[in-house]
Amino acid sequence: MEITAKIETVGLNLYYGDFPALKDVNIKIPGQSITAIIGPSGCGKSTLLRCFNKMNDLIEHTKVRGSILIDGQDIILPDTDLIFLRRKVGMVFQRPNVFDLSIYNNLKFGLRIHRMLDGKNEITESIRNGLEHVGLWEELKDKLQSNARTLTLEQQQRLCIARVLILKPDIILLDEPCSALDPIATLRIEDLLRVLKDEYTIIIVTHNMQQAARVSDYTGFMYLGELIEFSETRRLFTNPKEKLTENYISGQFG
Amino acid sequence: MLRQNFRNYIRELEKEIMEMGQMVITAIERSIKALKDHDIAAAKQIIADDALVNKKRWDIEERCIDLIATQQPVASDLREIVAVLSVVGELERIGDYAEGIGKIIVMYGDQPPVKPLIDIPRMAEKATDMLKRTLDAFLKRDAKTAMSICNEDDEVDSLHEQIYRELLTYMIEDPKTISRATYLIWVSHNLERIADRVTNICERIVFLATGSLTDIKVSRY
Repeated sequence: MEITAKIETVGLNLYYGDFPALKDVNIKIPGQSITAIIGPSGCGKSTLLRCFNKMNDLIEHTKVRGSILIDGQDIILPDTDLIFLRRKVGMVFQRPNVFDLSIYNNLKFGLRIHRMLDGKNEITESIRNGLEHVGLWEELKDKLQSNARTLTLEQQQRLCIARVLILKPDIILLDEPCSALDPIATLRIEDLLRVLKDEYTIIIVTHNMQQAARVSDYTGFMYLGELIEFSETRRLFTNPKEKLTENYISGQFG
Repeated sequence: MLRQNFRNYIRELEKEIMEMGQMVITAIERSIKALKDHDIAAAKQIIADDALVNKKRWDIEERCIDLIATQQPVASDLREIVAVLSVVGELERIGDYAEGIGKIIVMYGDQPPVKPLIDIPRMAEKATDMLKRTLDAFLKRDAKTAMSICNEDDEVDSLHEQIYRELLTYMIEDPKTISRATYLIWVSHNLERIADRVTNICERIVFLATGSLTDIKVSRY
């Protein structure tokens, strides 16, 4: 499979203290597509995801070896501008982490931190765009001053995605973004991701294999810190190359 | 609408089925024209083109397998995909019958006609008409129409009997016609089988619409 990579890791190893969480991971993630990372608990999928915006740096005794290239730039190098990186590579977490602020201020917060926009009109326009992108504008336009915590979990998760989008990232990382949502809300978030993939590179970590199968274009299967297989989702789920992948996706372990 | 993406996949699948249906309808029509015209070159082309029908079948099956593996279809979506898997098998076989007529034309070669062709083209017309309406009923998930199309198989069976009896009289009268008349009986048999395959598709439409798997009608042959 010859693909131009938006993100590429070369010989990526990561240790938490002495524990090897990632072992020689080589992956090429194509742009403007959805890539899912699946695997049993503790296989390193979230660790790999967090490498792409250097969130692992926040964990003590973490050592990283190898390279992580985003658009050809190695972000492991110490001179990487973290603020810029995290704007370019946005992240959405398992439970919606809205701030105890109004909907409007939740969205304005990131813009202010990144000093992206000054004029009130510009900010309001950008907030509107963000909410439109995630399908919340019609529902929320008249109550932008309400506290974001009054929203349903699905709305909160959409708001978190909007908060990432208005910073104009290239890449969106999602760590189990639907695990707090009911099945219908889950399908709606998946529909949203499909729309977003035309503009962004999306990487989703999920326990839910069916979700990976449904929503992604490419899937990586990880086991004990290794990337066992990476291929087109339709290939991986109909004709995996590795026996280990087959055993996992057919529910024989995990 | 929820899962718009999945709905689009299903629409594409339906489009593919219609295209494949049109391919075999064209193959039948071309085969009968070649038979009437004694056109061996056209017959050879029909035989060659059957490979395209076969390829279409594999492509559609692959799509179905991908959808089952990745989209977890349930209820009528699942029935549709299962129905499609079966329908493409029937269409592929119908394509083989048209190809078979092409092969018969090649074997018939330059020999003079036994008789003017009247009932065979009529039979082909009836069978293709049934197939066209069946494809339409498939799109509309119209079980009622599908059931009534099955009943029309009787007409095709009767035409086959009529052709068979008529050709027997030619053979009795003049044994020199035996091989040529036998070829024509084979053609008629192929057309009769095409109509039977159409009724199999109709059974799948009933399954798609109602969820019940029933043997609607057993052909006389």
